[in-house]
Amino acid sequence: MKGVEGSTRPAYAAYHDWFRQQDPDRLTKKSLDAEAFFRRTGITFNVYGQAEAQERLIPFDLVPRILAQREWSKLAKGIEQRVAAINAFLHDIYNRQEILRAGRVPKDLIANNEAFLPQMVGFSPPGQVYTHIVGTDIVRTGEGDFFVLEDNARTPSGVSYMLENRETMLQMFPELFSKIKVQPVSDYPKNLRRSLAACAPAGAGPKPTIAVLTPGIYNSAYFEHSFLADQMGAELVEGHDLRVVDGHIAMRTTQGYKQIDVLYRRVDDEFLDPLTFNPDSMLGVPGIMDIYRAGNITIANAPGSGIADDKAIYSYMPDIVEFYTGEKAILKNVETWRCGEPEALKYVLDNLKDLVVKEVHGSGGYGMLVGPAASKKELEAFREKLVAKPGNYIAQPTLSLSTVPIFCESELAPRHVDLRPFVLVSPQGINIVPGGLTRVALTEGSLVVNSSQGGGTKDTWVLED
Amino acid sequence: MQLSITHTTRYTYDEPVHYALQKVRLIPRDSSQQRIADWHVEINGGQREVSYHDQHGNVTDLVSADIGVTEITITASGRVETFDTAGVLGQVYGAVPLWHYCQPTPLTKPGEGIVALAQDLKGAGDQLAALHALSAKIAETVKYGTGQTYAATDAEAALAGGQGVCQDHAHILIAAARSAGVPARYVSGYLMMDDRVDQDATHAWAEAHVAHLGWVGFDVSNGQCPDERYVRIAVGRDYREAAPISGLRHGAGDESMIVSLQVQQ
Amino acid sequence: MLGKTAGGLYWMFRYLERAENIARLIEAGFRIALTRSTDAEGEWKSVVTTAGVEAAYAQKYESYTSAHVVDYLLRDTSNPSSVLSVIAFARDNARVVRTALTTEVWEAVNETWMTLTSLLAHPVRETDLPAMLNTIRQQSALVRGALHGTMLRNDIYDFSRIGTFIERSDNTARILDVKYYTLLPHTSFVGSSLDNVQWETVLRSVSAHRSFRWLGESEMTAAAIADFLILDRRLPRSLSFCTSQIVSNLDYLAEDYGERHPCHDMAEALHSRLRHRTIDSIFEEGLHEFITAFIRDNNALGMQIESDFRFSG
Repeated sequence: MKGVEGSTRPAYAAYHDWFRQQDPDRLTKKSLDAEAFFRRTGITFNVYGQAEAQERLIPFDLVPRILAQREWSKLAKGIEQRVAAINAFLHDIYNRQEILRAGRVPKDLIANNEAFLPQMVGFSPPGQVYTHIVGTDIVRTGEGDFFVLEDNARTPSGVSYMLENRETMLQMFPELFSKIKVQPVSDYPKNLRRSLAACAPAGAGPKPTIAVLTPGIYNSAYFEHSFLADQMGAELVEGHDLRVVDGHIAMRTTQGYKQIDVLYRRVDDEFLDPLTFNPDSMLGVPGIMDIYRAGNITIANAPGSGIADDKAIYSYMPDIVEFYTGEKAILKNVETWRCGEPEALKYVLDNLKDLVVKEVHGSGGYGMLVGPAASKKELEAFREKLVAKPGNYIAQPTLSLSTVPIFCESELAPRHVDLRPFVLVSPQGINIVPGGLTRVALTEGSLVVNSSQGGGTKDTWVLED
Repeated sequence: MQLSITHTTRYTYDEPVHYALQKVRLIPRDSSQQRIADWHVEINGGQREVSYHDQHGNVTDLVSADIGVTEITITASGRVETFDTAGVLGQVYGAVPLWHYCQPTPLTKPGEGIVALAQDLKGAGDQLAALHALSAKIAETVKYGTGQTYAATDAEAALAGGQGVCQDHAHILIAAARSAGVPARYVSGYLMMDDRVDQDATHAWAEAHVAHLGWVGFDVSNGQCPDERYVRIAVGRDYREAAPISGLRHGAGDESMIVSLQVQQ
Repeated sequence: MLGKTAGGLYWMFRYLERAENIARLIEAGFRIALTRSTDAEGEWKSVVTTAGVEAAYAQKYESYTSAHVVDYLLRDTSNPSSVLSVIAFARDNARVVRTALTTEVWEAVNETWMTLTSLLAHPVRETDLPAMLNTIRQQSALVRGALHGTMLRNDIYDFSRIGTFIERSDNTARILDVKYYTLLPHTSFVGSSLDNVQWETVLRSVSAHRSFRWLGESEMTAAAIADFLILDRRLPRSLSFCTSQIVSNLDYLAEDYGERHPCHDMAEALHSRLRHRTIDSIFEEGLHEFITAFIRDNNALGMQIESDFRFSG
């Protein structure tokens, strides 16, 4: 709510007025109600690496994060530019590789990258769309100063929380929404369906069949998979529901096999097709890559899209945006040291306690060092890992992230946040839902917002003008 | 030379097949070394689901078994006119960039043995001569012989074992060439052995990329470069990407495979 | 509908039904243990046998005490038929088919799972047992109510009902199988207290002890009880009622899909064995043989349904 200079951001003014009139006890009770609601409806996620497959709630904070339309439209323009560039980059990397020939991105970065899938070379997916769904992680450091932290081009998750958070807010505080005009997010499932349908293969007919592929009920994001399938009116399938029938991928129904035209898969590339990739995978669909290459199914996101959100590629994003759009990148990149480069490594080792170091292929906040928060021992342990495999890491400065208020022990307290807007791409255009998922580091001073590391979420409002 | 080829692969199953898929790469293409006069692939007990070009340009068929069969037969046959180019395929390139053929795969990952083997090739003035020398050295170190290695044996293990078949020879040469920075790939195909019509199995060799010449074939097992007795079918970074047939099956019971191959003039 | 979804619905409701049946069995056993302490051991043993977990129980415990049996049947996760296990299976299946369930049904199942998991986290004291069993019954009723009140009457509903009735008829038949000798006319000494207790247990196990009295059409005799549990079409746990429900739900599916399967004929054959039948003719055939054949064919029907509707690949 406070701007960088300590003043209240104008977008919060109306909410602030409302908040001052509220009884803190009532808000505390509402907060507990929300938790009970989430638990009852099963909006949970499973945590990896714990003894039992335990289901946890992502803590929900009832104070919305509020953006003015003016701030949002600048952000949205930047995201659109970036996502368009990512798609052009993917098509280029898997076809002519002009950007490598031009020397703007080093060849080795692609060649040695596990996310690069040779099986995609010389192939154009239906509609030439690679990243049907993108979740771009954005942070803000000052007034209008937005940085992109990560481009999630594989299978970004969290959109169900965005929708449920809004739904919860509407139920808890209906009066707020009549006072303050907030842009709706509830069209997302409809838009997702439309966007995926627009990417169907040429032979699919006017009403393509869409299905969501999940690894199953023990996957950490299963709630989201079933939620999206439900909201889109699509079947939720697992690998063993599918097989190759008459040149297509088809799902086993009570009345026989039925062709699928678009598969929104939430299974990683490696496990997608045991006939082509990891032969031990039980989660995938044997033969789907053959059907895909023959042009008989759309896979969203396209296999191999991960090469675009790789943390080492990230540092080249300003060049990539410029190369394909001919414009300067609207959104800033966080300064990044590629530890594989000797000079960068030296700098990183010398300044480890001030930096955030990430694994190039990691995700979800695992395998990450936050220098200022690390103990001496942790720093030393990480230093060894860095020296052993410098190419595996990148480092970034710790940004002075902006804070927004959360409701904590009956009053407001500042916490660091990021924002993940959700972007849909189809041949008809790029569609960004106004707002997105705001993740908040609930521990005072913490910069880690990942739900697997104790982060929470809150509703995100983009005000109408 | 005009070659007549009949290549039959017969899978038999103890129990009726519930569901099985085969990825089939059995369609040769025209090149400087061969011209396809007539070719077809016939499937009994299954059907072709789709057909497409993979990243290496191989025509790939996805074949599914008919439900309940106990036997699938895939027969590739036809006539191919071949030319002796002293092993040189030439400067022909597909969608896959040359550097990709320098990337190791699980089957061609270099270990200490491979790296040592590649020493002389690294920075050699005469690449072609060095590759010939490498081929000869591999043939000398790893004797031709069956039973020591299997389809999933990697190059380093085959080298250490000292014995292998054409697949292992090709993998070792490919792994060594790549570790010396020379692009290399795996070729599966047919070879007409002079003394017989019935061949034991499909053959495999390696191709390395030599500056100014383009792709050049090396058949380590037979100590020669492919000539007019050879027919190329498929290429890839290793066996897994260029295997004529690879499959997957759901269900109990055992499977056995019999290959019969006739190559004659 | 996906075959997997049909299977998930079918099993979800089988497991929910099983949880309720296990609770009922415990209730009947507990009552005997309280009122007839001398028969308790034997009674608990037959409860374990009816639940179909005799062998596994015997590996773990040497005696059939109330505390052991109750704990094994309610809470033991190594017992796949314990209430705790089947509630978790039911909820797992509900998660698989979540897109086919109304919010009300899903929330009822999820709440049942949360409630029972927390209540069964620790051993249940004897004083708390009646309340515990009551909660299980209430939670089952909650899910059933949500199903009836909110679900469309389509294939989703049909598969849910078929699962319920396959499980229920299996359960009633098992009770009869374990207790059949107490119902045989020649072994019963009319009016003996032993038989009265046994018969009441049988009736209690299917929650029919009061309805039997209400109907009041016959004396409490072995034949009347067997008739009630096997042939009475008013009793929602009788074999006849269950099979008629299976037949009609399968018929709805045939109508909906425009296709009949082998399971349709099997269900009708099973049901016709119970229609226009007298209990005397069943006794003549042999009660034990009749029940054994019923359990076998009911199981076979379940498997045929799984295959006809492609529950798995």
